[in-house]
Amino acid sequence: MSKPKLALYWAASCGGCEIAVLDIEEKILDVDANFEIVLWPCVTDFKYNDVRSMPDKAIDLCLFNGGIRTSENREIAELLRKKSKILVAFGSCAGEGCIPGLANLSTKKSLFDRVYKETPSTDNSNGMFPQTVTKISEGELEIPEFLEKLIPLDAVVPVDYYIPGCPPQPHQVWAVLEHIIQGKPLPPQGSVLGAGVKSCCDECPRTREEKKIRRFYRPHEILVDPRQCLLDQGIVCCGPATRSGCGALCVSAGVPCRGCYGAPPESPDQGAKMLSALSSVIDSTDPEEIEQIISTIADPVGTFYRFSLAGSMLGRRGK
Amino acid sequence: MKMAPNVRPIRVMCSGRVDPSFILKAFALGADGVLIGGCHPGDCHYSEGNYKTLRRSILLKRMLKDQGIDPRRVRLEWISASEGDKYARIVDEFVQTIKELGPLNLQKSELAVA
Repeated sequence: MSKPKLALYWAASCGGCEIAVLDIEEKILDVDANFEIVLWPCVTDFKYNDVRSMPDKAIDLCLFNGGIRTSENREIAELLRKKSKILVAFGSCAGEGCIPGLANLSTKKSLFDRVYKETPSTDNSNGMFPQTVTKISEGELEIPEFLEKLIPLDAVVPVDYYIPGCPPQPHQVWAVLEHIIQGKPLPPQGSVLGAGVKSCCDECPRTREEKKIRRFYRPHEILVDPRQCLLDQGIVCCGPATRSGCGALCVSAGVPCRGCYGAPPESPDQGAKMLSALSSVIDSTDPEEIEQIISTIADPVGTFYRFSLAGSMLGRRGK
Repeated sequence: MKMAPNVRPIRVMCSGRVDPSFILKAFALGADGVLIGGCHPGDCHYSEGNYKTLRRSILLKRMLKDQGIDPRRVRLEWISASEGDKYARIVDEFVQTIKELGPLNLQKSELAVA
């Protein structure tokens, strides 16, 4: 019997998800022993036409990382959906936009102006901007179009499973792959794989007490107690609004949780969850004082939605 | 009791029950404004539900502003069960504010958020 076919793809992503797969270390040999890899642009040389020539549903498992930022990303997402039995949104970008999704706070025009005109190191006096089609003497050259905004994978094609994280932790990646290799039954479509069912706080080794916050701090503004809950100390830590599964890596290293595993189960919007969590710990009932305490939170949108803006309720507009 | 007919009331046990995601969902589904009516400070049956809502609404307004949504689209007012007149007046005022701001039009906006 031939081995099940595995595809790994990167769209608008940083490459960290690829490293997360390789970080399963020698078990990558088990992956090779159990799967036939048919597409993995970061590691092996396959062409899109190789995939196009396959029959539909020929790929057993496709791990798709990266959000949809260009027409190429969208085209390959549609192609891989057609050719794959199981399509997994792998990592935060594919799942809910991640850091590239923060660009949705700007229009395409302002992004282009910034990148191709306004940055101090740019000299673009001719006002040159990338064009999707360029005519040269030999004919026309085409590059993919930059879309109006970054969209999560499931806003383009139906997705079977989500593996959250920026990047997903290697032990979680392997747990999912091992589960599939062993042929165990899969959970219902739409499930989150390779993560916990509680919040990051549940895994956090720090000591929690009653929180009464009079002012918020950024980590560099105070000496951080190594044992006490970071939020108790007034540091904006997204732990309460983040799904467990990473093993509380950042908080164990003294850095507040940034929220890369997305909202915990039953929370429809990570930013709203974080807003709610912080509102519970502010120690004031006076509107002006509350306003003043809240003003010490740097960039609430960028902090609470750091990984989930494109997939947020307003980002998806009710979908 | 006469008031503008544009409001769709949703009753909850306490203004503290209004999870911020409810408000975001209302906007995402096409609402142009959200009015939260809570009991007066000191009157909360659950002792501090309305204070929690007060803190949430201040932070939410800041976040909406950062996302390009006019914070006047969210209004928190203390209206007790016996203040029908005040309720009608606030509804009229709020409808007027929203009419002046115009439709939110999230669906047509170029940005993911506003």
